Amino acid sequence: MNFLKKIIMLVPYKLKQSHFVSSFFWMTAIMVTLLFFWMLSSIIGDGFQALSWEFIFDNPSDSGRSGGIAPILISTVLILLICSLTTLPLAIATAFLIAEFIPENHFFSIIIKRSLDILASIPSIVYGLFGNIVFCKMMGLGFSILSGGLTLACMILPILILTSEQTFRSISKAHRQGSEALALSKFTTLFQVYLPCAIPALTAGFILGLGRATAETAALIFTSGYVDRMPDSVMDSGRALSIHIYDLTMNVPGGSNNAYGTALLMIIILLITNSSINWLTQRWNHNLTAQND
Amino acid sequence: MTLLRHNILSKSVRDQVLVFVLIISSLTTIALVCFIFLFLILESLPALSANEFSQWLSDPSWHPTEGQYNLYPIMIGTLAIAGGSVIITTPIGIASAIFLHYYAPTPVAIFFRRIIELLAGIPSVIYGFWGLVVLVPVIIQIAPPGQSVLAGIIVLSMMTLPIITLATETALICVPHSTIYGGYALGLSKISVITKIILPQAKPGIVSGVFLQTGRAIGETMVVLMVCGNVIQIPDSILDPARTLTANIALEMAYATDIHRSSLFVTGLMLLLSISCLTVINEFFKKNHHARTL
Repeated sequence: MNFLKKIIMLVPYKLKQSHFVSSFFWMTAIMVTLLFFWMLSSIIGDGFQALSWEFIFDNPSDSGRSGGIAPILISTVLILLICSLTTLPLAIATAFLIAEFIPENHFFSIIIKRSLDILASIPSIVYGLFGNIVFCKMMGLGFSILSGGLTLACMILPILILTSEQTFRSISKAHRQGSEALALSKFTTLFQVYLPCAIPALTAGFILGLGRATAETAALIFTSGYVDRMPDSVMDSGRALSIHIYDLTMNVPGGSNNAYGTALLMIIILLITNSSINWLTQRWNHNLTAQND
Repeated sequence: MTLLRHNILSKSVRDQVLVFVLIISSLTTIALVCFIFLFLILESLPALSANEFSQWLSDPSWHPTEGQYNLYPIMIGTLAIAGGSVIITTPIGIASAIFLHYYAPTPVAIFFRRIIELLAGIPSVIYGFWGLVVLVPVIIQIAPPGQSVLAGIIVLSMMTLPIITLATETALICVPHSTIYGGYALGLSKISVITKIILPQAKPGIVSGVFLQTGRAIGETMVVLMVCGNVIQIPDSILDPARTLTANIALEMAYATDIHRSSLFVTGLMLLLSISCLTVINEFFKKNHHARTL
């Protein structure tokens, strides 16, 4: 910051006052926007040629150079399904515990918060190594959709817990006091009062976590594997969308056309998740203000 | 059930079961952290005990199959790429946040924020893919071989920009309005208010954003794997290819066995420890600042 101050002191006073500074900020923003659109336009431009209904419903052939991505989509969905089935209950339980039962400065709550901080900062490749030892080797699941899903579950657990905790804390006082005045047990409060009214915000956090899981590549390379056949069960190895892009660009010469298509599909999924998160959060905030009035 | 005692009047059986289940499930979080450290240490023990400590830095090169485990060039590669991207992103990210909050008219701000959010959400593999098929050919025209530290720095910067921008913005929002009005009342210009009043108050938030972003840059795998060339050497200039710790794991894990495999876990452990150090330093900074303001 001192460095910045020195530079600004060198600028003549008149210039500081003028549009010079504001144009500097505008230029930065325009540069970032242009870079973003450069990237987006190159992917959309080439992706549209590859993307079609046949591309989505066909099997890949010639190691992915031609054909579609149907089995890869199925594997991705299975991985996400396993991941969400394991994390959702755990995350909601932990969030409810630290938001409702334990005071914030209690040592147990501090330990959980620290663990969450550490979990959130661990690089995804380390999760990949961990999943490889624990799920593939020790639990004997091998390279399978199941071990991939469980690894991703470990990875998105902190995000889900933190967002759900925020949600439980932001539930309005009226609900809280109403349920206490009726002498409802915490059990009933959770299932009959909190969960129904917090559904939009919880869903937003859940979609955010799933988005992270969809985007993940490094954690899946050594856990769910590379096989691009249609999976028979969750014990089969299955290739996720992100690994498909990686494999097509790095290991398959001439595969970049289909990689563009897959990348565009992932960006479309991202746009849908992003706008649904925004919509759900807006609805939640609207609900909150309505409740408080 | 000491936890229950303070917070609850009705001690229904269902509640006691509920609390029990909740505590068990929240213990998984703590157990997960312990297990990750434990298993990485266990798996890297064979390599750590087979080699002397100095071998990791002084062996002729990294040829695990021939018993040479020099991680030094790979560490330098990691530092060069992560450091370069942090140096580029920090000023741009802070400037973007200031623009978003103090210079942009509302519609522009909403639009710009959407772009930053989208940048944050784009999967890293797509950044890597774009870097490889679009950016690297551009760099080849300037200076071959194209897959280089420079390409890695540029793509990583785009990837980590949203982190610092969003962190700075959150910090800017928390600056109390009264101090800003005070600055304007003293006749300061807008930029003086920003640099002399707002930024110093937002500093802890910005610093923790920088730490977050550094951790992300060090731990990122796909981008550096795809655009940095993966040659094991100490890069002479930013146009040379290099390999990072993360890329090293991703490249060799598929065929590694025995001590080689174990040495890859050592790499993973190093990553984990450096990221944990960053987290601890960040906590320390926060606490320090908190103590000073009190």
